[in-house]
Amino acid sequence: MSKQSVAVRKFDAVIVGAGGSGLRAAIQLSEAGLKTAVLSKVFPTRSHTVAAQGGVSASLGNSEEDHWHWHMYDTVKGSDWLGDQDAIEYMCRKAPEVVVELEHFGMPFDRTDEGKIYQRPFGGHMSNFGEKPVRRACAAADRTGHAMLHALYQRNVRANTQFFVEWMALDLIRDQSGEVLGVIALEMETGEVVAFHSKATVFATGGAGRIYYSSTNAFINTGDGLGMAARAGIALEDMEFWQFHPTGVAGAGVLITEGVRGEGGILRNSTNERFMERYAPNAKDLASRDVVSRAMVTEINEGRGCGPNKDFVLLDITHLDPATIMKRLPGIREISIQFAGIDPIKAPIPVVPTCHYQMGGVPTNYKGQVVGDDGAPVRGFYAAGEVACASVHGANRLGTNSLLDLLVFGKASGDTVIDDVRSGEIGLRDLPADFADRTLARLNRLNTQTGGASVNECRLELQRTMQKHCGVFRFKDMLVEGVAKIIEVEKAVAHTEIKDKSQVWNTARVEALELDNLVEVAKATMVSAEARKESRGAHVRDDAPDTPANPNGRDDANWHKHTLWHREGNRLSYKPVIMKPLSVETIALKTRSY
Amino acid sequence: MDDREKLNRLRWRCTRRAMLEMDLLLGEFLERLYPTLDAAQADAFVTMADMEDLELWPLVNGQREPDDPVQAEVLALLRNVRVK
Repeated sequence: MSKQSVAVRKFDAVIVGAGGSGLRAAIQLSEAGLKTAVLSKVFPTRSHTVAAQGGVSASLGNSEEDHWHWHMYDTVKGSDWLGDQDAIEYMCRKAPEVVVELEHFGMPFDRTDEGKIYQRPFGGHMSNFGEKPVRRACAAADRTGHAMLHALYQRNVRANTQFFVEWMALDLIRDQSGEVLGVIALEMETGEVVAFHSKATVFATGGAGRIYYSSTNAFINTGDGLGMAARAGIALEDMEFWQFHPTGVAGAGVLITEGVRGEGGILRNSTNERFMERYAPNAKDLASRDVVSRAMVTEINEGRGCGPNKDFVLLDITHLDPATIMKRLPGIREISIQFAGIDPIKAPIPVVPTCHYQMGGVPTNYKGQVVGDDGAPVRGFYAAGEVACASVHGANRLGTNSLLDLLVFGKASGDTVIDDVRSGEIGLRDLPADFADRTLARLNRLNTQTGGASVNECRLELQRTMQKHCGVFRFKDMLVEGVAKIIEVEKAVAHTEIKDKSQVWNTARVEALELDNLVEVAKATMVSAEARKESRGAHVRDDAPDTPANPNGRDDANWHKHTLWHREGNRLSYKPVIMKPLSVETIALKTRSY
Repeated sequence: MDDREKLNRLRWRCTRRAMLEMDLLLGEFLERLYPTLDAAQADAFVTMADMEDLELWPLVNGQREPDDPVQAEVLALLRNVRVK
């Protein structure tokens, strides 16, 4: 393949990813009259946002008194004080606005008898700065993400957003000064490689949950944006923090939403005990996700797991009115039957903690601009949603803040692009002569490799290494060993071989290119986790236990800072957490307990 | 498009879906049962794979029945796929 074969298309903005954040950003851009391209590996309404069942949080106060400042407090506390307080204030203050806006886009929210948006309780949502649970989650039955994606997609159709479906973005284009000038992408149907030359590039590629063997994430979540950013010299932030959902169906990884506990579901061990009463006397089964995960694994480790191998616990909703289950949680009943072989109206669901959400990502500010190590924006580059680290989730995301994140920062990144285009801050700069060289070299390597490793075997080795060495509980020796192992995996990935060398619909090639991205995320995660010698939020180490000096194993004196992983040299640096909100007082460091 | 290309496109659409559940079910079906289908059944499966997950799900779990009798034949097989 020669450089001449790379066609160039020009746009004002190119968005990579057509899930919630990509579609939300595209609405801003297209409605402002910018020529906007959205690239997606799949048809937009097949994005993984569909899987977000639980809801989107906003302090609308429709059911009882609520305030964005309380939501902010819950988010900071949930983040174990690693979230940036400017971004968190921004998100929580914007929440009511973006949710009402979504309603106007046609989102079919559940309603109260008075016709207001129905709000239900959710883990970690409290009123009056952590005092008692509050109903803050807005939902459309248990299909919130699906309904949201459809509302956003229809709005984009109306705004004439140009979609490139079944295209995979391969690499960022940057010039000598570091400015981002677009992406190089592969059309699966033709095998054609095309440069999308643009004033602004917005990454909305979602997460990389497929780095783990046991994951609730769909196969599509291969961290393409993270891989592209890392290869282009952008450091990845806080990649050691992965949320494990407490309730994946044992065996399959399929998610049982936290909304089940919001509706009254109870976790039980082999003695039928409601064990969360011991771990979180106030919030009980509605405690934050990592608290629940840790409690579940402790029950299993101490021999109170269920089943022949005592390796799962039970989620019980048999005490609920079947009519409530059918009305509020119909999808959960279906999933339990298909993937666990039980009807939850009659029997409890076997569950285990399973990798669910990536808190870290491409570093951004609250305006959706990607920032470099010095905090200055990388000109022309924006990111929103799970791929981005604003950082609103810090060390642990509060449930329902993921859909909120993509609405708020999808919109914010779109608005910032519009400002930057109109002010002349960004423009269509000349492409460097060698803009496609690295990508073409990567493709040529795949086309000519012989005697290399199998993509499937490498991926499996990567996933098993991450699961074993860097799971929901982490151990010093395993992490050290894990770093060495993941470097070995990387060496094999650099020599993957595909038998199919054809151009049209070569899925083997696409899967090899996805693996190139997964391995960057896996390295970033393992190296960052090994280095962080404390427990905080979702990063829990056996050698950083709960002590009077360091409650919950958190060591603020040494580790209250963001990790930055640099691909070159596999090296780490750190930057301070932004503790100053935009308008209110700092929410000061405190021990996190529920 | 030749047969290899068509099968690869189908594989992509079966295993890069919105929901893990559907990746698992359709991926399993494609490898194990799709090669055993006759031409009409294979076409019906392709049509179903093009549906959205939350459109296909009620058919898979029996909440809805398809109008097309060939789709019903394929669904009977798909409904018996257990990923556990």
